[in-house]
Amino acid sequence: MRWLNALWLEWKIALAFLLDNRLQTLLIMVGIAVGSAVIVFITALISGLQSNVIERTLGTQAHLKIEMPDEVNRVLPASDNAVALVLHSPRAQRLRSLSNWQALRDLLDGQPGVRAVSPLATGPAIARRGQARASIALMGIDPERYQRIVPVARDLVAGRFVAEGDQVALGAELARELGLSVGDKLRLDGGEGRERVVRVAGIFELGVRELDARYVYLDLRQAQILLDLPGGVTQIDLTVEDIFAAEKVAERMARLTGMQAESWMATNGQLLNALRSQSMTTEMIRIFVGLSVAFGIASVLAVSVVQRTREIGILRAMGSPRSQVMRVFLLQGGLLGLAGSALGGLVGWGLIQVFNLFGPRLFVIEVSSGLLLSAMLVATLTGVLAAVAPARRAARYDPAVAIRYV
Amino acid sequence: MSDVHEVLRLKGLRKVYNPGTPQEQEVLRGIDMCVSSGELTALIGPSGSGKSTLLNIIGLLDSPSAGELYLMGRATRTLDDETRTRLRNETIGFVFQFHHLISAFSVLDNVLMPLMIRCGKPGAEDVQLAERLLAQVGLEGFGCKRAGQLSGGQQQRVAIARALVTRPALLLADEPTGNLDTRTAEQVFELFREINREFGCAVLVVTHDPRLSGSCRRSIELVDGSIVRDTQTA
Repeated sequence: MRWLNALWLEWKIALAFLLDNRLQTLLIMVGIAVGSAVIVFITALISGLQSNVIERTLGTQAHLKIEMPDEVNRVLPASDNAVALVLHSPRAQRLRSLSNWQALRDLLDGQPGVRAVSPLATGPAIARRGQARASIALMGIDPERYQRIVPVARDLVAGRFVAEGDQVALGAELARELGLSVGDKLRLDGGEGRERVVRVAGIFELGVRELDARYVYLDLRQAQILLDLPGGVTQIDLTVEDIFAAEKVAERMARLTGMQAESWMATNGQLLNALRSQSMTTEMIRIFVGLSVAFGIASVLAVSVVQRTREIGILRAMGSPRSQVMRVFLLQGGLLGLAGSALGGLVGWGLIQVFNLFGPRLFVIEVSSGLLLSAMLVATLTGVLAAVAPARRAARYDPAVAIRYV
Repeated sequence: MSDVHEVLRLKGLRKVYNPGTPQEQEVLRGIDMCVSSGELTALIGPSGSGKSTLLNIIGLLDSPSAGELYLMGRATRTLDDETRTRLRNETIGFVFQFHHLISAFSVLDNVLMPLMIRCGKPGAEDVQLAERLLAQVGLEGFGCKRAGQLSGGQQQRVAIARALVTRPALLLADEPTGNLDTRTAEQVFELFREINREFGCAVLVVTHDPRLSGSCRRSIELVDGSIVRDTQTA
């Protein structure tokens, strides 16, 4: 309490010094505000852009999938004193079911960091309607589980998302190619005489042409029959809590299950690179703008310390300890950072609203109160840190000399 | 006068600037003196005689090169900066030649500043004391004005009220009238005499003005860093 009461004077002096030189204070506050506005705007813009890109990319695929390891040729090791020359061709990868997938599914269900688990029987097939044929990807699913991986129902353009019995959901591009609409029938051919006639229950448009032209969601059992995988699934799809931790989760799952686990980060290397470069660029901009704000505050306070030399001398002569003088200038730095960033946050928020109203409207940028608060906190801390050097200088003044400063 | 006590004692006080260099300069050469409560003492001497240096050392703004300074019986030479600063706040009041008020604050805040430095937010009693002191120096009702709005003489009165607000045992004044016209200087000096009588604190005034030094009961003359005369009038 005594400490708080003592700090009262530091506040009073810091505020009085800032208000006494209004133009100087105003100019540096505008400088800080511009810096903070740039940081708030660019952070919100880039994170909005990235979440939009990620949502578009990961909205149609699992964060990671677990499959059987690739089949490879086994080569017998040569005996001790022999050199083996091996010539072999890589093996063709046939469709195989994950061993004991039900137990695997249940095991994955309880793993930390995993949000949803969905077994899938997937493989190539031909869709036929009359004379028209199209190469398709059969997606045998448990609809309830799969919807938690890819919410297909959200992208329906006609009918309902049903994948039960003989009812299927297929992509809009495929429907257009085969001239299908809801209620129409088509024949699915899995090869080697495995055929099924199914009915279109829903048509979706995921927004990725390749998927909309090939995906046919159907009942898991139907897919197992067509792909000749009785009771089996070819992969288990997962979504995770933290999408950027997907690769780590994949490594953990591979160790846990002994299967092959591949994350979206491995399959979308270029996208990830682009996102990382973008984040790094934003970070660099933030650092440099932050530095220029810090130097601005430091230089203004350095000038202020010189301007206040005599007053510092008077305070010291009246019994103000060095630490108190130091706190006065640290507080000024903090106050400049806080007030400037509050103003900058407001300007940044305004810029974002302008962008949302008059910009390209490809996506909406959202500003979280957390971003504004953290910008203010960082700016305040930057202000305090920037004030350290001037504050130390002020505290070191010899009062007998300072008091005679003209 | 049974409550008279020693406020300040200097014993063999020396001050050397740039020791051990070609620019070495001995400013004070073994000063011995003693000041008691209630004394009004003028410290006189030509320019460069070491008056201001001595005042700075007595005010704990500077340290002696040798010798000892006792303030209220306490040796001060080996004290750390924090203790010296606290002792300065509790024991000494300063009045400078150029008023030295803080322009960013009101007159009342300037007067209260030493108390605020010591205790933080001032209480109602502190404010009353400050207002009473302002009235005493003839500035009743000036509390809310900004320090910069006052004339030189008025600012010096505020500085005197500020120096007295902590009820110091020792009041140091460095050429307090040096920057004022003759009439205002006389008023300010009269104020010092009043304060000395009423508050009973020891007052040590550095002055060039022979009329002012003549009106002090005690006068110490410093020449080339040594006391050449210490006279007391009845």
